Formats: sequence, C-alpha cells, structure tokens
Amino acid sequence: MEWLKTHRNDAILIAALLLAGGALLLWLGLTRQAGGFAQVRIDGETVLELPLNEDAEFVLGEGEHTNTLVIKSGAAQVIAADCPDQVCVRQGAVRYNGESIVCLPHKLIVSIEGGGSNGVDGSTG
Amino acid sequence: MKASKVAQYGLLTALALVLSYLESLVPPLWVPGVKLGLPNLAIVFALYRLGWRDACVISLVRVVLVALLFGNGAALAYSVAGAALSLALMGLLKRTGKFSSVGVSVAGGVAHNAGQILVAMAMLETARLAWYLPVLWISGTIAGVLIGIVSGILVKRVPEQK
Ligand SMILES: [Zn+2]
Repeated sequence: MEWLKTHRNDAILIAALLLAGGALLLWLGLTRQAGGFAQVRIDGETVLELPLNEDAEFVLGEGEHTNTLVIKSGAAQVIAADCPDQVCVRQGAVRYNGESIVCLPHKLIVSIEGGGSNGVDGSTG
Repeated sequence: MKASKVAQYGLLTALALVLSYLESLVPPLWVPGVKLGLPNLAIVFALYRLGWRDACVISLVRVVLVALLFGNGAALAYSVAGAALSLALMGLLKRTGKFSSVGVSVAGGVAHNAGQILVAMAMLETARLAWYLPVLWISGTIAGVLIGIVSGILVKRVPEQK
C-alpha cells in the first residue's frame, strides 16, 4: 500500500494504539468475575449495598431525582429514571466485578463489587 | 489581526460548533458527556492552516460556546480536559515533524477521550470508569484516522487566504 510507505510513523502509532486498547480490553474481559453485590452511591456516599443473588426492585433518590434499580438473575439494571439524558437506562444490565451504571445528572453510581473468591453471596462456606 | 484571518477564525469556529451540535444529536453511549470528538476536524484543520496558538483559541471558544448554548457544567469540565490534553499532544506530535495529519489527529482523538474519562473519574470519585477507557481509546483511534484523512484533504484542497 502506497499510504503505508509515506505514512510509516502514522501507521505504527495507529497500530500501537489499537493493540494497547485491544490488550486492555482483553485483559479486562479475561479477568472479569461475576459480582457479589451492587453498591449504590449517591453524591459520593454509599447508600445501599444489594446482594446480586436476591431479586429486588428499588427506587433510588427522592423527589424529581429518582432511578429505579432492578436486581434480577445476578445482574443490576436501571429500568427507569427521570434524568434528562437517560444514559443510565440505556447502559443496560451489569453483572461483572468493576462494571458500573452512571447517572451523572443524579450523581448516582451503581457499581458491581465483591465478586470472585471473596464474594458475599454466601454460597461458599 | 487581518480581516481575512478574522474571517477564517469565524468560519472555523462556526464549523466546530456545527460539528459539536451534530455530535450532541447522537445519544451518548456509555458515559454521559463523553463524545467521539467530531469537532476535532475543525481544530486539526486550524492547527495545520493557522498554527497551534490559533487552534487553541478556536478550541477554547468552541468549548465555552458549546457549554453556553447546549451544555451543562459537567460536560464543560469534560470537554475542557479533553480539549487541553488533545491540543497539547497534537502540538507536540506536529512539532516532531514525523507524523502526518492522520497520526496527529489520532493522538488528539485518543487524548481527547482519555482526558474526558480521567476528569469523569475524578469528579465521580470512582476508578470504575476505567472500564470505558479501552472502548473510548479504540473509538478515539478510529475517529482520529477518519478526521485526520478528511482534514488532510481539506488542508490541501481549500485555498489559502492571504
Ligand atoms: Zn440517568
């Protein structure tokens, strides 16, 4: 390819960036573990910790700042919210350690924690 | 400042604003406020046609105008961080003379997204957003390639105003 000859440095940079991004993605994917509980933080403060093995539904927040969180089959999902951008609803379900749902307008973060060996699901003695 | 230069400033700022608007129509995918960086097309063009300082001015004007017109505080913090990191890196790479507009714009695109994520992580006091980094890293690279190619063509084709 002609372009590669005249843009060798560009090609190296692009390849290096794609490789680094791919490697990071692969590493995150390979090391992921199903989470133990969903930690709910509003404005930086932890308000709730919900075990993922118990199906439940919660309305988080108050007044005109609410998000409806559902725990079902080991996954957490915001199914409804009155925030203007609806990004939290569109993010779908999360189940792996380190995954999170963010609602910036409501300063809400739901993150999956405590998976793997130190899980709090109580299935191991 | 010459009248023709003022006109170019105005034109590029307008182009950057239109691209920002177009981008705002696309729903944010994972993290609110984090965008692909389409306006970088106007910034890369300004970088090659006018120079680094002028590109910085246009970028700053764009960021502030976007926040005033259709943004919010959080989005402003993201875009300032993304734009600053992106311009610093693009200016540096261009000065080495080893890269074309494609390499420069790719670095700018990745830096733009990384800057936004880092500020989001700081603002939300969570390291959890690191998950989004590789995704935005890769999308920034791809967007950077496209923007670099298009702006390279534009710099060649659009006649220089004296
Ligand atoms: Zn939301």
